[in-house]
Amino acid sequence: MSNFFKETDIDTSQAEAIVTETLKNCDDGELYLENHKSEAIVLDDNKIKSSTYNSDQGYGFRAVTGEVVAYSHSNDISKESLRKSSENLKDTLKSKKGTYNHEIPKTNSKYYENINPIESKTFNSKIDLLNSVNNYLRSKGSIVNQVTANFLGEHKSIEIIRSDNQVLKDDRPLVRFNVSVVLEKDGKKETGVYGVGGRQSYDDYLKDGSWKDVCDEAFRIANVNLESKPAPAGEMKVVLGPGWPAILIHEAIGHGLEGDFNRKKTSAFHNLMGQQVASEGVTIVDDGTLHQRRGSLTIDDEGTPTENTVLIENGILKNYMQDRLNARLMGTKSTGSGRRESYKHVVLPRMRNTMMLSGKYSQDEMISSVDKGIFAVSFGGGQVDITSGKFVFNCTEAYEINNGKIGSPIKGATLIGDGPSILKEVSLVGNDMKLDPGIGTCGKAGQGVPVGVAQPSILINKMTVGGTKL
Amino acid sequence: MIKDQEFLKNIASFCIENSKKLGATDVGVKVIHSVSENVSFRNKKLDESNRADSFAVNLTTYIEKKKSSINSSDLSKSNLEKLIERCIDATKITPSDENNSLPDKDLMSKEIRDLNLYDETHYPNNKKIEFLKKVEETASTDEKIVNTEAGFTENKNNFILANSNGFLGGYKTSNFSSSCVAVSRINGAMERDYEFGSTRFLQDMMKPEEIGKIAAKKAIKKLGPKKIKSEKIGVIFDKRISKGILSTLASAISASAIARGTSFLKDQINSEVFPNSINIIDDPKIEKGLGSQNFDSEGVETNSLKLVENGILKNYLIDTYYGKKLNLKSNGRSGGTTNLYFENGTLSFKDLLNSEKKFLYITETIGHGGNIITGDYSVGASGFMVEDGELTYPVSEITIAGNFKEMFKNITLANDLEMKYSTNAPTLLINQMTVAGK
Repeated sequence: MSNFFKETDIDTSQAEAIVTETLKNCDDGELYLENHKSEAIVLDDNKIKSSTYNSDQGYGFRAVTGEVVAYSHSNDISKESLRKSSENLKDTLKSKKGTYNHEIPKTNSKYYENINPIESKTFNSKIDLLNSVNNYLRSKGSIVNQVTANFLGEHKSIEIIRSDNQVLKDDRPLVRFNVSVVLEKDGKKETGVYGVGGRQSYDDYLKDGSWKDVCDEAFRIANVNLESKPAPAGEMKVVLGPGWPAILIHEAIGHGLEGDFNRKKTSAFHNLMGQQVASEGVTIVDDGTLHQRRGSLTIDDEGTPTENTVLIENGILKNYMQDRLNARLMGTKSTGSGRRESYKHVVLPRMRNTMMLSGKYSQDEMISSVDKGIFAVSFGGGQVDITSGKFVFNCTEAYEINNGKIGSPIKGATLIGDGPSILKEVSLVGNDMKLDPGIGTCGKAGQGVPVGVAQPSILINKMTVGGTKL
Repeated sequence: MIKDQEFLKNIASFCIENSKKLGATDVGVKVIHSVSENVSFRNKKLDESNRADSFAVNLTTYIEKKKSSINSSDLSKSNLEKLIERCIDATKITPSDENNSLPDKDLMSKEIRDLNLYDETHYPNNKKIEFLKKVEETASTDEKIVNTEAGFTENKNNFILANSNGFLGGYKTSNFSSSCVAVSRINGAMERDYEFGSTRFLQDMMKPEEIGKIAAKKAIKKLGPKKIKSEKIGVIFDKRISKGILSTLASAISASAIARGTSFLKDQINSEVFPNSINIIDDPKIEKGLGSQNFDSEGVETNSLKLVENGILKNYLIDTYYGKKLNLKSNGRSGGTTNLYFENGTLSFKDLLNSEKKFLYITETIGHGGNIITGDYSVGASGFMVEDGELTYPVSEITIAGNFKEMFKNITLANDLEMKYSTNAPTLLINQMTVAGK
């Protein structure tokens, strides 16, 4: 646990006094303090390419009245700096008068241990493992053209001081281990990428040689892609595999159900509450309470305990994801979805672990029902236009389906769809829900936060596949 | 107030001296201070004000050919001492790499030219608010506009880059930017579009009325889009996105992608990559340029480079590390391109639109569907159909796909280049891409 005021000219009670004084005519706000340590160790091209250690500390001071947010941040934790920020906030809100909402639930459980993953594995053993990854993959033959592997670890301590001297704290470990391999055969090059991670120590993901599974999976994907043919172009049936392909859910409807876009009525979903937005078998939740998952949080970045929020239940739109500001303006409660990338960023309602729950069909039943379509197993990134509802994501492993049978692998192609209508096209929901391996980062308004996704296999009746073959 | 050079120099020297004391044979350090003020408006009301005051130190220590780095935002000497020690400890046990080194002394920048990158004018928040009011008033005159958001950001930066070979340089830069996003609605369906201006000097900023008007006009024009049938067709890239072609080129000719063998342009140096009418230039010394710099992120002198001349690939973008791998000298491109642009084509915008009966005109792409290794490209897109030289109706929920190698060879440029971003391209046509729709 960081003591933010050690070695400064200010103590906790003086900081609390500044917070209370600054926020006395405001609806909400807090002083958010953060200490963030992170490391990145990268092996590339047979060498340890870089090892970097980052140490960042600072505060973000926020005052909110009505719809207006005043924010000031600095990495100088001192009396003078806080006073200056305080003046700045008060000046912005001088013509407004609010009533501070003191209510903040205190029912949280801890979903991860307070460990520092950077310190819990020695630097030497990280270097050794990266070299082992390189040797292991390169031993698979001269087909291996390039290997990249990295450790990304961080430890974040946060402290939230609210107007009534309420102090909320959290310590968050996070790791990621990634492997990328480029294979070359007959002049053709293809990449395979795989990774694992979450809010535990590196060794929890890598022990008993399980790092080899990560290498094998990256190798397998690249190998499949070496055999890929040009992807088809046009509308067709699409079967999505379980797990990581749920970034479709994240892009297609997740962002559209964030409170801010709905309060501002700029989301394609803003007038659909209580309506049928998906086929009957579809239930989607956003859950911040899964043990040690990448998207889980004990408290969000406003101090609200996270929860399992039902977004869509049997096809009916039930809830948006809310931070305190949007919840207040929409007359509802925060769902513990208020997040920020760091003290340099304002709070926004964000996803945590977004999951479509299992139905009753097997993946085989889905594939055998398709005459002509594609089977998408893994994806790269995605993106959405909240307002028009159009979203895309890129396949990194996909196959054609012909007459109910899986055929040749196809080249990476973008799939495009329409958020509010895509879930009505989901005709079968599988019984094989799976969580992603813990590698997702979601971007919104220039802020990246760790998230998770999960889904079973699903069959979508009609989607546009952006290949080159007509 | 932005900190002066002396303040930053002291910290840089402190880092170099302490690193050397603990055993570093070489040291590189960058110390940055930036102050940023942002105000945003929504539907003609103040929405957010944000002030940021940030420091950063980036330090790399070498012990012979071993290397490690630290970054920190805390400039206190006690913190820096701790981190330098940590950095040296990590350096000692990091395996050596024969290509690790500071840049050659004779390549370092010798003098700092005033490129007119700093405007000391402070635009107070109440002025920003007046500006944004005008933006939004103009943006919301049409009843089809149901939501507007506008923002104004003022940035001031100062930095010092130094290394243990005696290099020390830095200068102030400023940036003013303003944007407007407008949401239009008809029959319950919405579209959004935007306009954006970014300049080094406040006086060069677009008029607020212009920003608002363009954003609204574009958002309204997009209403009621159709999905078209899948077909092969010539695709015209609007200036807002045609620059993306240059960004792809920049990634593909970076020394790292070439040295690692992970570029679709590997082994293409001195080969014809574009039609012979095409010239591509990267010029760091443009006055007031958004991508202008005196030296690159390692302190190496940067000068104007012709990357592509008469369609032939002439230069890679080279830093010290990958340069050594390729047996080439750094050309001051550590950190990438500076002001990158296509030289103008010969056709007017109108003539380009009229050069065939039918085109697809793309104003926006979504997704990250470019693969630098294979050159395969597939992204979501929206825009307009062009028939007989006229934009006839909006199009959305389609994809465009091809391969960069083929796409590059089928480019025709218009002559409407504007220097609006750090990477700039005129409107361009790529003959025959696959469009996937219905």
